[in-house]
Amino acid sequence: MQLKSFFGSPKPEFRYELLSTAFPEPMAVALPETVTLLIPEQPGTAPCQAIKAGAKVKTGQKLSWDANGGPSIVSSVTGTIQSHTPYTGDYGKKFAAIGIATEKADQWDESFQSLTGEPTVQTLIDHFSGAPGGADFSKLTDPGKPIKTIVVYGGDTDLLVETNLFVLKSRISAVMNGVKILKSATGIDEIFAVAPSEAFQNYDGHFEANVKGVPVDYPACQPLMIYYQLFGKMLEQGQSFEDTGVFFIRAEAVGAIGQAFSQGRVPVEKILTILDKSQRKHLVSARIGTPIGGILKMLNISLNDRDRIIFGGPMTGRAVYSEQQPVQFDTDAILVQDANDIILNSDYPCINCGECIRTCPTRVPVNMLIRFLEAGEYQDGADLYDLYSCVECGLCSYVCTARIPILQYIKLAKFELARMTLAEEKND
Amino acid sequence: MISQKKFVVSHAPFWHNGSGVPERHFNAIIATAPAVLMGLGYFGISAVAALCLSVATAIGWEWLFCLISKRESTVADGQAILIGLIFGMLLPATAPWWLVVTGTFLAIVVGKQLFGGIGATPFHPAVLSVAILTASWKMYMDIDAQLVNLNFDFTPYHPLVAAKAFGSQAISDISICDLMIGKQIGGIGTTCGLALILGGVYLILRGYVRWQIPVSFIAGLCITAALFHLANPEKYAGPIFHLFAGYTLFAAFFLITDDSSSPVNHIPMLIYGALGGVITMLIRNVGTDADGIIFAVLLINICNPLIDKIRPKAVGKVA
Ligand code: SF4
Ligand code: SF4
Repeated sequence: MQLKSFFGSPKPEFRYELLSTAFPEPMAVALPETVTLLIPEQPGTAPCQAIKAGAKVKTGQKLSWDANGGPSIVSSVTGTIQSHTPYTGDYGKKFAAIGIATEKADQWDESFQSLTGEPTVQTLIDHFSGAPGGADFSKLTDPGKPIKTIVVYGGDTDLLVETNLFVLKSRISAVMNGVKILKSATGIDEIFAVAPSEAFQNYDGHFEANVKGVPVDYPACQPLMIYYQLFGKMLEQGQSFEDTGVFFIRAEAVGAIGQAFSQGRVPVEKILTILDKSQRKHLVSARIGTPIGGILKMLNISLNDRDRIIFGGPMTGRAVYSEQQPVQFDTDAILVQDANDIILNSDYPCINCGECIRTCPTRVPVNMLIRFLEAGEYQDGADLYDLYSCVECGLCSYVCTARIPILQYIKLAKFELARMTLAEEKND
Repeated sequence: MISQKKFVVSHAPFWHNGSGVPERHFNAIIATAPAVLMGLGYFGISAVAALCLSVATAIGWEWLFCLISKRESTVADGQAILIGLIFGMLLPATAPWWLVVTGTFLAIVVGKQLFGGIGATPFHPAVLSVAILTASWKMYMDIDAQLVNLNFDFTPYHPLVAAKAFGSQAISDISICDLMIGKQIGGIGTTCGLALILGGVYLILRGYVRWQIPVSFIAGLCITAALFHLANPEKYAGPIFHLFAGYTLFAAFFLITDDSSSPVNHIPMLIYGALGGVITMLIRNVGTDADGIIFAVLLINICNPLIDKIRPKAVGKVA
């Protein structure tokens, strides 16, 4: 964490990790006794037979809440299902958390192998939605929103994290293979591969994609920022990437596809960057579903009351409340902060110091916007003060003198506006 | 297995550069120190009394207001102290106690809290208070009249009043050096230009004051003064005189730079400052008030929300 220097208030300058010097080998985390997997739940229905308590599952087996399709994930272990508990994720997403007692020896479910001959979007949906780096492949088939462009991004979206870049650099052939498979499964030809240019200065291999470099300065690798750099516009209110025909996928997910199709098995290990209390980095590889407490213990990171555990990086991650939380397919990093290093938000109003204005990379008039958002005037914030130019980098909150949780207000505003639009559409 | 440990959860980002509201105010207070010390040296024990009373009552009003409105006390953030201090520095050293108490009431309760508290004040609270007092008790805010019984080893009349009444001839015996080191009649903490510059530069270097505002203010003031002076050197004093006389430098670094009532975008900051300088000179040379700063500051405070609408287009916006 950079504190304000004694003199001046220069813009904070952060750079993404480049992995250009040291190239670490991930440390393997032992198979835990139980893993927890999160399955998207269909509210109001009972779980199907295959995931009832007591059912046996194999590694690589497709698990879904109801028997006839529905969102699925792939089991990362062999073992016996013990329990399910309802779990509410960010912004009210409903999951069932399934506890599985693991067995030492993996038995692989071979149903995927027969599908490797001819890649289809359905295979991607069924077997890769919960694979490392995962993406929501069902968006590729929405007839109302045809996808024209796929963007594979190779950089990490937050500071200090080097997971995605590591995968891209160390498994480049798998990623290339994955790009080919994506192309043939979807029939989409326009594929962009985006990565911080400095990380690939000496790279001269051939990619079957349109390779674009982005600056290494934060926040150039924020998804919204990448979108802007590629297409020269921002998403408008109510728009998602898919609405504009763009599908985002991370290099890690593409690598998993490439690897799976050449080996016949969907990978079940997730690469993570663990950042300990003194911000040293440890690259580990763990089964999806491993409780993070065990990983932290392995690295001798002690946890005390009032510490903070964060999934993701320091600028855009999310804090979790328990060390029992499992590693998920999109958990790129775990950041542990000591209680003494935490600077808490305050409930002061904006004092109009203007630090945010001088910091925002997209020139959002944060000082005005925050006044509207604090009052719940979300639509006015969007209409008058450029809510939708924000790329959600968090730099304004980082410098805010009044320590207002600005990014939280911004995300809440976008979420509420999206919900209102949805409700209106339903009423029509 | 239920985790026994209680972790802190909050929203991203999880880093902060450590800046905070109190530190801003306390640094401004530190920056006033040289000017305050010089002022106390020149004006003596009555200045000490006025200044202490001003700060103490400002704190008192703030505390009382929070108590009555059942809010958590905000005294600790230092803003009330700063406002009390700035108000005190603007006063003549012999201001009667009731004037000080009324003034801090106007500054803290009316100027700050009734407008919505920190961050929501359209005018600099201390300036607003001084303006109201000047309109209500002109006699007591008249620096010449107030200081008439004190003995000084320098010109014992307000340089701006003299310049206004008798033209630049009247001030020809006031040396600029005297003005710079504070040998002039004025508010307790506003006379010593060099000390004010020292404090201002400190605040700019530390990033608490945005340089655009004081620099454009001084530029606007000097250029306007120079034009007047060139047009009629007999009648109008030169820019350097105006820069170091009266409240000019105090306003440049401590009044117009108030966060809440000044713009935050680049071009608006320049316009705001320059406008302040020009208005000040117009009041001094054409209007009726000798100093003019107080009303100039209120005027640009009013313009601030409008000026600050000039801002760069956000990324991705076409219209
Ligand atoms: S408003 Fe804040 S979070 Fe949004 S782009 Fe600007 S600095 Fe980043
Ligand atoms: S940094 Fe915070 S306090 Fe300062 S203007 Fe921006 S929102 Fe207001």
